[in-house]
This record gives sequence, structure tokens and C-alpha cells, in this order.
Amino acid sequence: MTIREIQEALGARLVYGEEFLDKEVHNACGSDMMSDVLAFVKDQAVLLTGLCNPQVIRTAEMMDIICIVFVRDKRPDEDMIELAKERGIAILSTGHRMFGACGILYCKGLRGGQDYERYDHTKV
Amino acid sequence: MSDTITLKYDVSTDDFTRAGEASSDVKRKLKNMNVNPEAVRKVAIAMYEGEINMVIHANGGVITVTIDPDCITMILADKGPGIPDIAKAMQAGYSTAPDNVRDLGFGAGMGLPNMKKYSDDMKIETELGVGTTVTMKVFLAA
Repeated sequence: MTIREIQEALGARLVYGEEFLDKEVHNACGSDMMSDVLAFVKDQAVLLTGLCNPQVIRTAEMMDIICIVFVRDKRPDEDMIELAKERGIAILSTGHRMFGACGILYCKGLRGGQDYERYDHTKV
Repeated sequence: MSDTITLKYDVSTDDFTRAGEASSDVKRKLKNMNVNPEAVRKVAIAMYEGEINMVIHANGGVITVTIDPDCITMILADKGPGIPDIAKAMQAGYSTAPDNVRDLGFGAGMGLPNMKKYSDDMKIETELGVGTTVTMKVFLAA
């Protein structure tokens, strides 16, 4: 799905990145722990997070993440927006909480890019 | 790209918001040198985790990055407290970071495991009360 479709599905505010709205997103990751985000490498990913500090933008930059969605209406400050502009990362802000936001995108077909079968501990 | 290029960064400790600037600079330089994107990402992530570690645990330090045609070497040297038990520190989820670091999104105990995961070779030299030097290599396919 595209960043525009994510924005519409989450009723999100576009904080920055009008020109990136038609970019295709292939994977998603939801976390407030940046090291957990850094453990996961996927192309063309969106990051959903409730954490709002410059290290979120840095983490996205290192991972080549193309869009950040701040949940619970978190708003990045001017310095963070400036950093995102320099790195070409789109920023959205949604009123949904983390679980809800991830659930909505999952229902729209977005996935975390992992092998879900592998993590099924009920199968021996 | 036939010559060796060396980059040196002083990582200061007083401003957590600026942590990652060195890694960001290296990433941009490698990109401009047309190093393959997968290797660039590996270097960026491994170095970024190391840079964050320096700020959290060691009051900063010095990072030296050497770019050779076949290998990128990152040497992260600090004068911090040293690592008492490297095996424990390498365990995913083990962390000695203070709580305020967790509020900033780090301290999940994934720093060293991630550095090992993304580098092709990693060596840790540490002495209690003296400091730690981590050397990481990412090899470039010919």
C-alpha cells in the first residue's frame, strides 16, 4: 500500500512529505524500542511508534525506513521535522493508539515481513 | 575506489539528541561513494548502535572508520567503565542501561547483539575502569 493509503486508513495528519505520498510501503514495524526496530531489516518499511524524539528519525534513517507514523497524536518538534526533511522521510501523526493503528494496517494487508509460522509455539 | 579513506569522529556525551550524527555522516558518505546499499545499511546500523552505547555507557569516545576497497572497518574506542562480563552483555535483552535511557527508546539489551548481527566480524577489547574498544568489519563483495 502507499503512504497515502496509510494516511487515509489511520485518518492521520500529514506532518511532512507531500511528495512521498504515492511511495509504496512493503512492510511495517511497530515499536517504542529503537533497538528492536534496528534488529529488523526490511525494504520500503513504515515505522509506527509512540516514542517522539530525534533518535526515532535517526533510527529510520539508518534503516532506510520511508515513513514514520506517530501514534496517540504525538507531534514531532521542528528539529525532528527538519531532520526528516533532510533525510526524505515522510511523517504522519494519528490519534489511534499503537495496537489499533497496527491492527488497521494489518487488516489492509500490510505485514511485518516475518515468517509467522516460525513463531507458532503451539506447533511442536 | 582504490585508496584507503579514514574518517574520525569525536562522539560527545552531553547531548543524547545528537547521538547518531557520526553514523549518519558515514552513511551519507558511503552512499555517495556508491558502496552497495546492503553494506551501507549494515555499517550504519552497527555503528549507530555502537555510537549510542558510547553515549549511554562511556561518556562518549572516538570512532575511526576506514574505508578500503574490500572492507569497511569501524573502531569505537571509549574511556568508559569497561564491560565486566562480555558473554552476558552479548545476550539479547541483557541491559545495564539506566531507566531514563529506556524512556528514550534504548536500553533494550539489543545493542551489542545488533552490532554483532550486522557486522561480518566483531572484536571487543575491554578493561574495567580503563575503557572499551570495539572493532567491527563489514566486507564488501568484489
